[in-house]
Amino acid sequence: MKRLLWPLLVLAALLAVNLFFTPSFFSVEMKEGHLYGSLIDILRFGAPLILVSLGMTLVIATGGIDLSVGSVVAISGALACLRISEDGGVFSAVVLALGLCVLLGLWNGFLVAGVGIQPIIATLILMVAGRGLAQLITDGQIITVNSPSYKVIGGGYLLTVPFGILLVLVVLGVTAFLTRRLALGVLIESVGGNAEASRLAGIRARGIVITVYAFAALCAGVAGLMISSNVSSADGNNAGLWIELDAILAVVIGGTSLSGGRFSLGGTVLGALIIQTLTTTIYSVGVPPETTLLVKALVVAAVCLLQSPKFRDKVFRRAGPPSSPRPAAEEKVRVTA
Amino acid sequence: MLVVAGLAAATLTGCGGSGGGSGSGGGDGSITMGFSQVGAESGWRTANTKSVQEAAKAAGITLKFSDAQQKQENQIKAIRSYIQQKVDVIAFSPVVESGWDTVLKEAKNAKIPVILTDRAVDSKDTSLYKTFLGSDFVEEGRKAGKWLVEQYKDAKDPVNIVELQGTTGSAPANDRKAGFQEVIGADPKFKIIASQTGDFTRAKGKEVMEAFLKANPDIDVLYAHNDDMGLGAIEAIEGAGKVPGKDIKIITVDAVHDGMQALADGKINYIVECSPLLGPQLMDLAKKVVKNESVQARVVTEETTFTQEQAKTALPDRKY
Repeated sequence: MKRLLWPLLVLAALLAVNLFFTPSFFSVEMKEGHLYGSLIDILRFGAPLILVSLGMTLVIATGGIDLSVGSVVAISGALACLRISEDGGVFSAVVLALGLCVLLGLWNGFLVAGVGIQPIIATLILMVAGRGLAQLITDGQIITVNSPSYKVIGGGYLLTVPFGILLVLVVLGVTAFLTRRLALGVLIESVGGNAEASRLAGIRARGIVITVYAFAALCAGVAGLMISSNVSSADGNNAGLWIELDAILAVVIGGTSLSGGRFSLGGTVLGALIIQTLTTTIYSVGVPPETTLLVKALVVAAVCLLQSPKFRDKVFRRAGPPSSPRPAAEEKVRVTA
Repeated sequence: MLVVAGLAAATLTGCGGSGGGSGSGGGDGSITMGFSQVGAESGWRTANTKSVQEAAKAAGITLKFSDAQQKQENQIKAIRSYIQQKVDVIAFSPVVESGWDTVLKEAKNAKIPVILTDRAVDSKDTSLYKTFLGSDFVEEGRKAGKWLVEQYKDAKDPVNIVELQGTTGSAPANDRKAGFQEVIGADPKFKIIASQTGDFTRAKGKEVMEAFLKANPDIDVLYAHNDDMGLGAIEAIEGAGKVPGKDIKIITVDAVHDGMQALADGKINYIVECSPLLGPQLMDLAKKVVKNESVQARVVTEETTFTQEQAKTALPDRKY
């Protein structure tokens, strides 16, 4: 848990800022038969980012990176909305959209593990081409659908709780189980540590890499359904734009190393929540739009500095007596989700 | 509306009948126009393209149409090819504001008049083009403000307004904000209590509005810089258990189909039109500049505004 201490403190600080500006920030009430409040908003709007970040975490754990998730988000929403606007079958539309996303993920995995292209280049292909594909599907227009059952995925409620939050909990639970209760997590970290050595040790490295890329695309696909369902429309140009960068940021804030070999699902969720809380904070505190990006950058920079043991050592040693001479060694201890 | 697309899936609608070679001498009356469009990134843009094509046909002008797919180099290529083909007039909607001097000088040297549509260029040499035909975004903001002032002219209490701005730094966002501010600023009872960018998208409009609703319990009016953000905000307002159009009055700009539908349904109160249908005006201007008649350096698109009643009657005939 120690590694998650700093992100947790940052999240707490952000929430405290909100409480200062909006005294009713923590109040959660029932409205129109569902939970209503700022905290619920953060979870609801953060849900797609958490999903994309979970997929990204596993990809990064294998030493890779997936830049194409934003385009996959757009494709998934576009295809689902197109199918629904044509014949209205929500279930088939969702299955078709997610199926295509898995296929796109397999393609990424094939390029990385099968052909040996560097992950950043391999997924850059789909990042650019995928946006075009989404626009091709929507014909460059915004497709508006009017389907109450599709609306549930991103904008609906089950037992007063936003459906999107429940969906995230399920995906998080399944992922945590597969990677932390079964051997898969260790295998992923092993491949991320050294793919060739893992292969020689008898791990099917190639299969693992392809699987995580497919998983990342599937997560992005579900996120895409959520985003488009939340506004009952598909926008091929803007849906999921730059979400890959937010996801990478969430993973990094959560303490997963970009060089692979180690990951923390709990940290990633925390990272995504920090990003979403920051966004909500900016809206409710009333930061002028011209300076929004600067404020975001400052907070992110502060989080990253706080996360660095070296930086903490330098700054806090001056303030008080050093607590432990070498905290860096301890940082390498793995954290379970 | 000013969305930058990566790879626009646009069709190159080469207008049929290429005008019989270069037989477009000055005297015989038939005019050939080269038109370079930005792309096909939105319903607005598609309607814009259709309007130009239909108006050209109606005016008897031969149209050579090319789609730049959001890329300036494609547009420059298209303009150069129009110069080589010796068209009578070139019209285009610039993808970006800067970097046009060289190619426009080439057109000027070839004595081909140029008309800008929808978007301006930042060139200092205004002799490079004859006129700029497009919407006046500041005026759109003023129209929105005027309606609001009229609605609340008898109210004594302060009117709390929240604003959803377009993409930060874009001309429509800056100008629609300025025009609105200019009109409502005259009366201190109008207060903009929160203003944020919603990037012209529905998803952002909804997200920002959710936050507004929680941070500001007492919102009277929402002013959104385009329909899409307004449509997203409507969902947020409904989710908060309020009635859009009644509890919170909504003013938007654009008048695209979904927006007009919401207006007719009573969820939006007032829409200021930003019309893409500038084809007929463009053809009139083209005829004038080819005949070397003088035209005004800035021509504003003919635009109107819609109340809920007007939307109901106008909706069946809307082209976009």
